[in-house]
Amino acid sequence: MLPKDQLTVVIKEKFPDSFLEITDFRDMLTIHIRGEQVLDLLRTLKTDPRFAFNFLADITAVDHLEMDAPARFAVVYHLLNQHEVRRIVVRAWVDEEHPSLPSVYPLWKTADWQEREVYDLFGIEFTGHPDLRRIMTPDDFQHHPLRKDYPLQGRGERSNFPVVKRRIGSKWQEDKSVQ
Amino acid sequence: MTLEAKDLSTEKLVLNFGPSHPATHGTLRVIMEIDGERVTKVTPEIGFLHCGFEKLGEHLDYNQYITVTDRMNYLSPMCNNFAFVLAAEKLLDLEVPKRAQYIRVLMCELSRIADHLLQIGMQAVDIGAFTVFLYGFRLRERIYDLFELAYGARLTTSYARVGGLMRDLPDSFMPAALDLLDMAPGTFKEIDGLLTHNRIWLDRTRGIGPVGPEDAISYGLTGPIARASGVDYDLRTKEPYSSYEDFDFDVIIGSNGDVYDRYLVRLYEMRESLKICRQVLEKMPGGPVNVDADSKYILPPREEMFGSIEGLIHHFMITMENQGLTPPVGEAYVPTESPNGELGFFIVSDGGREPYRVRTRPPSLINYSAFPVMMENMMVSDTVAILGSLNVIAGELDR
Repeated sequence: MLPKDQLTVVIKEKFPDSFLEITDFRDMLTIHIRGEQVLDLLRTLKTDPRFAFNFLADITAVDHLEMDAPARFAVVYHLLNQHEVRRIVVRAWVDEEHPSLPSVYPLWKTADWQEREVYDLFGIEFTGHPDLRRIMTPDDFQHHPLRKDYPLQGRGERSNFPVVKRRIGSKWQEDKSVQ
Repeated sequence: MTLEAKDLSTEKLVLNFGPSHPATHGTLRVIMEIDGERVTKVTPEIGFLHCGFEKLGEHLDYNQYITVTDRMNYLSPMCNNFAFVLAAEKLLDLEVPKRAQYIRVLMCELSRIADHLLQIGMQAVDIGAFTVFLYGFRLRERIYDLFELAYGARLTTSYARVGGLMRDLPDSFMPAALDLLDMAPGTFKEIDGLLTHNRIWLDRTRGIGPVGPEDAISYGLTGPIARASGVDYDLRTKEPYSSYEDFDFDVIIGSNGDVYDRYLVRLYEMRESLKICRQVLEKMPGGPVNVDADSKYILPPREEMFGSIEGLIHHFMITMENQGLTPPVGEAYVPTESPNGELGFFIVSDGGREPYRVRTRPPSLINYSAFPVMMENMMVSDTVAILGSLNVIAGELDR
């Protein structure tokens, strides 16, 4: 694979509008790009013989609400070239209003469930995904729990469940949650 | 009046399997559309055990989160522990001593044997052979005894610490481990004898749930399932971590990618794991198991903390807020070969005591997503065989 400087030139030439930068932390190269062109970038990385990243190891997202970042959400793709044993990370930045980016399902079928998970937990939509439903939380759930503005203890989940009263002796137990 | 064939109703039927079924070993739900005995469409539903581990990880510090990783793949909790601390150590740019690395390899390989034994046993139980499970459990109990000897816990181990281990191995560990290594090949031989050439086992597993290498890569399959399909990729040899490069072992590759090949890959992999364990015990170096205490990543010994003011200050330095284990701003991902496949933790740090985001790359979830492909043109009774061969652990699947 190309070293960092050459990689920067190649990617910048191909994606002049959406390329942001390439960072290197602890020997892990990360390509930063705007979300709308991520499918084209990943297709280049998969099919171009100079890169040949044939395996998509992981898709996840990070909510950068409390950190300095180009946009609020970053969808992170971990790619692997199994022949040369090299890894690269692609970070696709998505804005807060209507977060959406193209699905990479046409390239790897593993994107199906992983994008559903990101959609469920972060509320980022993947256009072109064949079956974008919630996967972890119930279908009628309203929130996206891994967003940073969602509290750890949840919102209203406790009070939505009925409290079962128990009978102790001849008395019904007092409802402690009300007091 | 006789009943004629044309009177029989032949419409498609929707069959619900799970989420609470003895053969799912967890909370999995599969909705099948069946045409007679043949399955035409499969829709797996997951999320019944979703507990928000990743959200919780943003509110616990690095050493506290190790206890949560135990609960993911609870058949081999040690592999999760070590995968997490490896990612944290990469973030801190920390190299643990050779002895700790060797002990980690030893524990991972013993966990792999225990995991594969249970997987093969449970799959055999699901298909109808109970004996293998009991024979396998005998060895698994011995392995768990060994874990108990090392750090006092059997299931929720939490043996790893960022920068080393909870404690060194006791002196009685080595002879006990060598005893176990002598006993283990006998069990493998018994399993081999009971299943490999068993006519019923062959009929129930050969040609069932096949996945080709292209599909395996497209669906992101890793571990024994991908290797059974002929994908030659083992992270222990290709991207060695924790000194795996010091040991000599073979990678087992299958060719058909069916349930039978997955069983064979797991069976032979246990023998290779045994080979690694023996080499670890032979080459085990001396020295400390933790990084230098002055690095302020590891808690001082209890006697030092209670006995001296320096030790007490050291202890506070690590446990107080905004101090101690604070990696720089950045992110790290270390892929490791867990018994189910590639397990890695992707940690994003904002420079605080808690990770900003901690993501698990769950092999169970990604392997299970290929289940509809494996079920193409299969019978209803094959569901259980294929599900067993995937070794889906609900704790890791839903997190």
